Amino acid sequence: MLRFLVRRLLGAALILFIVITATFFLFFAVPDDPARLSCGKTCTPDTLAAIRANLGLDQSVPAQYWDYLSGIFVGRDYGEMRCDAPCLGYSFVNSEPVLDTLLDRFPATLSLAFGASVIFLTVGIGVGVVAALNRGGWLDKTTMALSLIGASVTIQFLGVIARYVFVDELRWLPKPEYVPLLDDTPGWAGGLLLPWLTLAVVQAAVYTRLTRSSMVDSLQEDYVRTVRAKGLTPFQVTGKHAWRGAVTPVLTVYGIELGTLLGGAVVTETTFNIPGIGKLAVSSVANSDLPMIMGVVLIAAGAMVLANVVVDALYAVIDPRVRLS
Amino acid sequence: MSLSSPTAEAPSSASATDGSPAAAPAPGPPAGLTPMRLAWRRFRRDKAGVAAGSVVLLFFVAGLGAPLFAKLYGKDPYTTYGQNEPGLLNDYGYPIAPNGGISGEYWLGIEPGLGRDVLTQLLYGIRTSLLISLAVVAIVTVLGVVVGVTAGYLGGRTDYLAGRVIDVMLSFPSTLFFIAFTPVVTSLLTSPGEEMSPLLRGSILVMVLSAFGWAGVARLLRGQVLSLRSREFVEAARASGSPPHRIIFHELLPNLWTPILVTASLAVPAYVTTEAALSYLGVGMVEPTPDWGRMLLKGAEVYQTDITYMFVPGISMLIFVVAFNLLGDSIRDALDPKTDR
Repeated sequence: MLRFLVRRLLGAALILFIVITATFFLFFAVPDDPARLSCGKTCTPDTLAAIRANLGLDQSVPAQYWDYLSGIFVGRDYGEMRCDAPCLGYSFVNSEPVLDTLLDRFPATLSLAFGASVIFLTVGIGVGVVAALNRGGWLDKTTMALSLIGASVTIQFLGVIARYVFVDELRWLPKPEYVPLLDDTPGWAGGLLLPWLTLAVVQAAVYTRLTRSSMVDSLQEDYVRTVRAKGLTPFQVTGKHAWRGAVTPVLTVYGIELGTLLGGAVVTETTFNIPGIGKLAVSSVANSDLPMIMGVVLIAAGAMVLANVVVDALYAVIDPRVRLS
Repeated sequence: MSLSSPTAEAPSSASATDGSPAAAPAPGPPAGLTPMRLAWRRFRRDKAGVAAGSVVLLFFVAGLGAPLFAKLYGKDPYTTYGQNEPGLLNDYGYPIAPNGGISGEYWLGIEPGLGRDVLTQLLYGIRTSLLISLAVVAIVTVLGVVVGVTAGYLGGRTDYLAGRVIDVMLSFPSTLFFIAFTPVVTSLLTSPGEEMSPLLRGSILVMVLSAFGWAGVARLLRGQVLSLRSREFVEAARASGSPPHRIIFHELLPNLWTPILVTASLAVPAYVTTEAALSYLGVGMVEPTPDWGRMLLKGAEVYQTDITYMFVPGISMLIFVVAFNLLGDSIRDALDPKTDR
């Protein structure tokens, strides 16, 4: 198990390195004038010149790449501004290192991803298993129809309508907002409830369909037939044996999803005005803040890679066949 | 377009399929029908699929025929009727008539603020979204198939390299990346401060969405080719001295039509919603171009006073995506009778 983990972590480190390189070249070497893209909405010639000097744009591209790369490990200076390691860049628009802003925004994104995951995994997997066990019945057909609609609805539409109905008209739910968990725990949960539910409706639909189809496959496996023949109760067959085979595809999809969510549920955060990574991405595009955009992309890609490692490790715990191969 | 595609494909792939196992003497009746004709028969018997297909067709006709409808209906999506004619909008800029100003004159109401006609906005908006997503799907499918088939067929170092590039591409979260990459592409194509035409904006959207969308298609196709490559009929063709282009076009491609068609059909609704998300976030199409996603953005701004304006683009998009997903499922069932839902 340890060897497996080490191997996976080394692989992840390599991918991260490639991602950093790809990000640098796509966002920094491709544009004609990265300084202009880093200069904010109101860009004076003086600021532009200062940024140009601080970014070292007069050097060759390999030298700039080296500066960028070494900045991540040992930090670097942008003129008079110091950016400590790990330096993911310096935002000239906010006048602070990119990482500081990212760390500031991350709790909101994490809260959103965590709460929504709990809801959509529980509901999605639960309903999917029930549907698979009642395959072909009315319960199965109803949930499949509902999940098709759930998977097809857009968050910006569902979120606004839900807010109108449940917050403005019926007043069942508190106004959606983000309050830090440690400041006010009930306020944190209350403010995020609607964003969680909205995100969960769309996501749960995907997991219901996925769980159902992989559970249907798993229930037809030979080993499930064997434990059935041994006389185990249906509950034991499902709860102890069949789910192991069914859960791996669900985990794979969740791994990718978690990575995406940690990189910011962009539409959800924008719709409910949650100050997370996704909203930061949108605002830094609007503010023309290239270092921040790169930082968000790096953090998001990093979250994706790490989530994949965690999922791989979980595979090995759940399904012994993975460890052996 | 989607409805007619199975028949449209029939002649070309019928001749191409001859000799490959897909067209090998089919065990069941009716003998002599090409696989595409069989698929079309199965599809016609699938009531849900035909219904979904009709809805999708309706959206295509409505969207692509938007200028014609606008002419018959007598309005356009740019004129600010509410501001020109008194009695339509109140002092705060909201429609006076109930339900967003729906009336015999304005069938889906009037836009709050500018007072434009909602129905023509929607039709032109559907057109913008459909054209963008169809362009993306076409580019992504062609690129993905070329890369996937080349990598899978050549194998070795090419395959390894293509595989790693695809891995890296897919490790970027897509929506975030689309948002992030838009200013870079924009800066390459325009000079600072320049006013962008809607066509240029649309092209930038298509480029950004295509730049990363092909990787998923390529991965799928590569896998398919890898498993086909070692099958007997391909080895037989190679042993009998068929040149590579013959193997690719006459042996491999006929067997790849099913996954290609299925992914392409499911990709259309996915790109419609992605395009809508980008325009909603303000990095896609902007005023005054009518756009499905931009209508949702406006709807989110005015929902507290005029919820109807949110319902029009939201519900129509929901119906479109549901219908297109059902259609995609039916296409898969029709092309691949072995699938068991």
